[in-house]
Amino acid sequence: MIEIHDLHKYFGSLHVLKGINLNVEKGEVLSVIGASGSGKSTLLYCINGLEPVQQSNAVVDGTDVHAKGTDINKLRQQLGMVFQQWNSFPHLTALENVALAPKIVKGKSKAEAREIAAQQLKHVGLGEKLDVYPSALSGGQQQRLAIARALAMEPEYMLFDEATSALDPELVGEVLETMRMLAEEGMTMICVTHEMGFARDVSDRVAFFHQGVMEEIGPPEQIFGNPQSEHTQKFLANVR
Amino acid sequence: MEPTVSFFSGFAPKDLLFLGEAALRTMWISVLSISIGTLLGVVFGWILYEGKWAAALTVAPILDIFRSVPLIIQLVLFYNFAPIVGLNLDPFASGVVILTIYTASLVANVARGGIEAVEPPMRRAARSLGMSYWQDLRHVVLPIGGRAVFPAWVGVALGVMKDSALVSVLGYVELLKASQILITRTQEPFLILSIAGAFYFALSYPISRYAASLERKWAQ
Repeated sequence: MIEIHDLHKYFGSLHVLKGINLNVEKGEVLSVIGASGSGKSTLLYCINGLEPVQQSNAVVDGTDVHAKGTDINKLRQQLGMVFQQWNSFPHLTALENVALAPKIVKGKSKAEAREIAAQQLKHVGLGEKLDVYPSALSGGQQQRLAIARALAMEPEYMLFDEATSALDPELVGEVLETMRMLAEEGMTMICVTHEMGFARDVSDRVAFFHQGVMEEIGPPEQIFGNPQSEHTQKFLANVR
Repeated sequence: MEPTVSFFSGFAPKDLLFLGEAALRTMWISVLSISIGTLLGVVFGWILYEGKWAAALTVAPILDIFRSVPLIIQLVLFYNFAPIVGLNLDPFASGVVILTIYTASLVANVARGGIEAVEPPMRRAARSLGMSYWQDLRHVVLPIGGRAVFPAWVGVALGVMKDSALVSVLGYVELLKASQILITRTQEPFLILSIAGAFYFALSYPISRYAASLERKWAQ
């Protein structure tokens, strides 16, 4: 379970997150929507400790992310993350990309790591591309590679930071399909997204962020069918 | 009557052997300086990248001095002044020390460029997989940044190899010094310098070719 209590984040004097309270249960799929600069992505970065916070309580499975004694590298193994840019390691094949972290971080043997990698690549539909370098993959394939790379660490949670925003429109579908598959398998997911269709169809809950504040959270039927906040209404009217 | 003393004698096949040995010495002093200098340079490059203002005040100016002062001046100064502080180094050791520092000062900036070539999002992705700072540096930054600046590094290495000729001023008999000795004896500078040039070429060319083939392989 991810528990966030009164989380504040500043970039210099800019107050980016203004007291976020949020719990995400095991098995839940939460979509986070809102305009650019509303703090959605920053929230994900704070959850896995890529950004320091000024005041917080972000707790993952009982471990405070930002506490001094926390082994952040260990904690991050629980929190798979997929970014807007896929960031494939260009010097490694698809298989090596996925096998690297299990090998060096988890200390798996080379054979074991490669087996896990092959399995995860098949999982995301890249079973034919094991020995291909990322430069020979499309953006959508590279993003699926990034998903496989995160899954290979066997995380409890997956954080998606606008995973489809940098893709050509015709490649968005295959990545959303992969995310949908993960959701159906019961993966706990927090998806920062601009894909309203995905948020509506796949999520258990949708959170709307506006200028660093979580204005509204609820089941998709509520957020899309009967939004309570004025900002949510305005935002949804604009994106439709 | 006194027998005639001949001061000069023509170029003989055994002189080729003499030049060959000298070329090996050039290679040896270069290999030593370039490899140690590169290792040091990478460490300095990392300090420049991570050290921010602290590095800008300490390491950076020192590296600037070694990069900017002509190598021949550094060699002569070091060779003649080191004994004053109790360092009695022969010409070879002095040459290695100065060439190593010189290489390190050039490689430091290449290495810093290599680290900068790896974008922060790439490094965040590596860290998000649970890699530690050092694992990220070793398994992501080193291979990706290293490939980005490899051509620049090859340029530095070839440059230092040729600049090792300056160690001849200390009396170390490497390729250039050997050529000078032979020229004095044979009075055939054109022939001998051509041969010496050919030796330098023979040392550099395989490195350039090998580097080019590595780059082609990486580009795939």
